Amino acid sequence: MLTEEIKHEIESEMHHYPRKQAVCIEALKVIQRHRGWVSDESICELAEFLEMTPDELDSVATFYNKILRQPVGTHVIWICDSVSCWIMGYDRVRERLTQLLGTKLGETSSDGCFTMLPNVCLGACDHAPVLMIGNDLHRDVEADKIEAILDRYRGQQT
Amino acid sequence: MERPLTKNIRSDGEPPSLKEYEHAGGYEALRRALRELTPQAVTALVKDSNLNGRGGAGFPTGLKWSFVPMGDDAPHPKYLIANADEMEPGTFKDRLLLEGDPHQLIEGMILGAYAIQADVAYIFLRWAYRVAAERLERAIAEAYANNYLGHNICGSGYSLEMYLHVSAGRYMCGEETALLNALEGKRATPRSKPPFPAVSGLWGKPTIVNNVETFCNVPHIVNRGAEWFKSLSHTGEGGTKIYGVSGKVKYPGAWELPLGTTVREILEEHAGGVRDGLKFRGVIPGGASTEFLLEEHLDVKMDFASVQKAGSRLGTGTMIVMDDQTCPVGLVHNLERFFAQESCGWCTPCREGLPWTAKILQAIEEGAGQPIDMQRLMLHTRFLGPGHTFCALAPGAMEPLQSALQYFREDFERHIREKRCPWK
Repeated sequence: MLTEEIKHEIESEMHHYPRKQAVCIEALKVIQRHRGWVSDESICELAEFLEMTPDELDSVATFYNKILRQPVGTHVIWICDSVSCWIMGYDRVRERLTQLLGTKLGETSSDGCFTMLPNVCLGACDHAPVLMIGNDLHRDVEADKIEAILDRYRGQQT
Repeated sequence: MERPLTKNIRSDGEPPSLKEYEHAGGYEALRRALRELTPQAVTALVKDSNLNGRGGAGFPTGLKWSFVPMGDDAPHPKYLIANADEMEPGTFKDRLLLEGDPHQLIEGMILGAYAIQADVAYIFLRWAYRVAAERLERAIAEAYANNYLGHNICGSGYSLEMYLHVSAGRYMCGEETALLNALEGKRATPRSKPPFPAVSGLWGKPTIVNNVETFCNVPHIVNRGAEWFKSLSHTGEGGTKIYGVSGKVKYPGAWELPLGTTVREILEEHAGGVRDGLKFRGVIPGGASTEFLLEEHLDVKMDFASVQKAGSRLGTGTMIVMDDQTCPVGLVHNLERFFAQESCGWCTPCREGLPWTAKILQAIEEGAGQPIDMQRLMLHTRFLGPGHTFCALAPGAMEPLQSALQYFREDFERHIREKRCPWK
């Protein structure tokens, strides 16, 4: 069941659009903010609320890179793998993260703290390589400083 | 040298508040336009200024606006959208404007909306720009509170609602018609044109989509006039341009310079040239989907017509520099993998051809390439080129590839011959 809080947040965005279904992308983001990811159950609940079919809503949910249809850890690390970051040392950053977290791209660390996901260009190419953790952008990332960055997030809730 | 777009952008990164923006002359253009100019006169002024769209295609902005049906029988609501999706790899110019001076964008949008008599405006912002999202929300609220938005703006009788839409992320959303589908809450696949959005766009109503930097120019054109705007440029195309440089240069960054500044001046004087110990090999001048330029092109002027004459495109005007320690095959593989992943899958050449291209490049990079792969890649640059696909994504993806095959052919062949990447 969608909580009253979730429904209220979705409804407060609805008046931006002339048709109810147009709010579905925003609604998926609202669910993700509350539940961390978008499960099959969430798709069904939201589809009913927006008067869409679950398939219709899922076709939208699976199209967008930032709608997570699988569970993730407390913090998502979005690592930029596009061209400028690739030139400036993306490989070193990814390898160091893999080493520190004991996980590969697309996986969650065993303590449930971090999920490392690939990301297309983050639009901060003059400070490559870059990554985002949650909503925070980290620029000019150096492999030997990554551990200190991760420490800041450990034990912190989103 | 005048830098109208970035004059309010502070080194500490904090944007001007509404009061500070007004103090610097902000919203003067809007007040004057509402008082003295008809909507058609605003469009005519933008047309006369030779402002070309700054999102990459360079279409004349005033001309685009003039396609919107006007008058009492025109369909309503009409829509105006700022494309702030900025997802072209290597591009970071709109971030500067969004974070540094959000009211400039909002004023430009209200002027554009007045010119086409739009009822609703959206800012379509990419997910990653969290700071910009907060600042835009605040600026929109300030504009409403001061009656620059909402009902009967400044007593003019003209009304406009403005909303921020934060995308859930996909490169395709930057394509004008795919963006419309995304705003309607659908998969961001492109639509066939015609009808063009100016006639039938968002929910079938007349819609104008312009890039952030394009809108930011409009208040200055209204304030200072078309002739002044043209005089800012080194060429016939009006205005300044935010140029950017990334890659292994001494000072990566973005600068507002006269449109038509040469590649050499941007790279050497502003970005400081490639880092010590490295050699310049080439540059992708305007984001991932543009063709390489070489040393022999350094004196090309960075405006739409000149870069096209040199065999590439100005695109977003943000360059990616390739030095001699960077493998051209690896770089192009990175680009093609991006395009393959971000293809929306709507049309077959793009959906099937781009992953195939990326796989061939990966094989070459890993030492498993065969001599026939060169022909296969060449074939793709033709079959995925203009005229074979639904939108410009795949043809754009082929631009860096076909120019790399032309300019760095020996590097590709060496990978295949030696069965390894010589850079590893």
